[in-house]
Amino acid sequence: MIGSRVLAFGGYQPDKVITNDDLAAIVDTNDEWIRSRVGIVSRRVAGPDETITDMAEAAGAKAIAASGLSPASIDLVIVATCSTDVPIPNVAASVAHRLGIGAPGAYDLNAACAGFCYGLAAASDSVRAGSARHALVIGAERMTNWLDWNDRSTCIIFADGAGAAVVGPTADGEPAGIGPVVWGSAGDQADKITIPPGTQFLRQDGQAVFRWATTAMHSVAVEACTRAGVSPADLSAFIPHQANLRIIEGIARKLGVPRERVADDIVHSGNTSSASIPLALSRMAEQGRLQPGTPALLLGFGAGLSYAAQVITVP
Amino acid sequence: MTDQEILAGLAEIIDEIAGVPADEVTPEKNFVEDLDIDSLSMVEIAVAAQDKFGVEIPDEQLKDLKTVQDVVNFVSKNS
Repeated sequence: MIGSRVLAFGGYQPDKVITNDDLAAIVDTNDEWIRSRVGIVSRRVAGPDETITDMAEAAGAKAIAASGLSPASIDLVIVATCSTDVPIPNVAASVAHRLGIGAPGAYDLNAACAGFCYGLAAASDSVRAGSARHALVIGAERMTNWLDWNDRSTCIIFADGAGAAVVGPTADGEPAGIGPVVWGSAGDQADKITIPPGTQFLRQDGQAVFRWATTAMHSVAVEACTRAGVSPADLSAFIPHQANLRIIEGIARKLGVPRERVADDIVHSGNTSSASIPLALSRMAEQGRLQPGTPALLLGFGAGLSYAAQVITVP
Repeated sequence: MTDQEILAGLAEIIDEIAGVPADEVTPEKNFVEDLDIDSLSMVEIAVAAQDKFGVEIPDEQLKDLKTVQDVVNFVSKNS
């Protein structure tokens, strides 16, 4: 059977920066409180006319360029997103067209903040099964579409951006570059993160989500390592969803991964839902914090509640 | 488990999660006012206490546990 691997990453963030002090001017909060509770110093938000499709296109173009492939050789495009303002048309087909990818399989998927890991798993399985040769997986969000700027428990956290990865087959004899996905859901807690029907605003029970993430995600991370045949101590990088720095540090501490190997992109990017993992990967690569050929653990978790984790070989 | 053992275990957890030296974790201390521990750290402490003592401390109960002694009593009563 053919194996699959990640060939390249790419990320895109809008230009506009919102600092904690900017938020303190419009809602009852302050820099110290935000830093200590969620670890965010600043976040990026899309411009008024900047769409999810625009951001997805920019991230996808970077990933394709870094892969060295021509757009024409891609035959599957998956966009993970949960923040589109309308459900039709999907984002994937438009992005594919703009990138010059001719008539690929193209669909959006919604697993909220776990979306990128779900998309990566679907792309990996498609390549391994022969349904696709090369896949482009994008996580793209405009969370500000759904933010209540008067709700200090959410507006300080969420942000906009996109990140992408190109997935392709392994060379003959090369070991698999994307480990088995460990995924699941907890629909009994669906009410913890919602956009209540008939409203336009995201609401979350922050403390309940915090408890769930710091309790349940450890074993998911361990199982993803086990299924990939890697010890957590051997991970060169750990890239959890950038939800909250306190959650990230809590999971990393339990897992025993030293801090310098753990993604902390949330500090200047905020929580960009499905975009956060590929954005953090791109950032770590730029900073020289990723060593090609070594194992890195990805762990997505969020609304649903849903989660997914897999170990990849750094391209 | 004696109250003394619970206190010692709890002090270890608080040291690891909030960086408060174990000898400062005495029964009368208030988490917020004396130990500077916020609500999210309390959740982490509750989760760690569940692992260590096998006693679940739900969010609804957690908000009423103000002092170190309150947690020791809760664990002692429910273990």
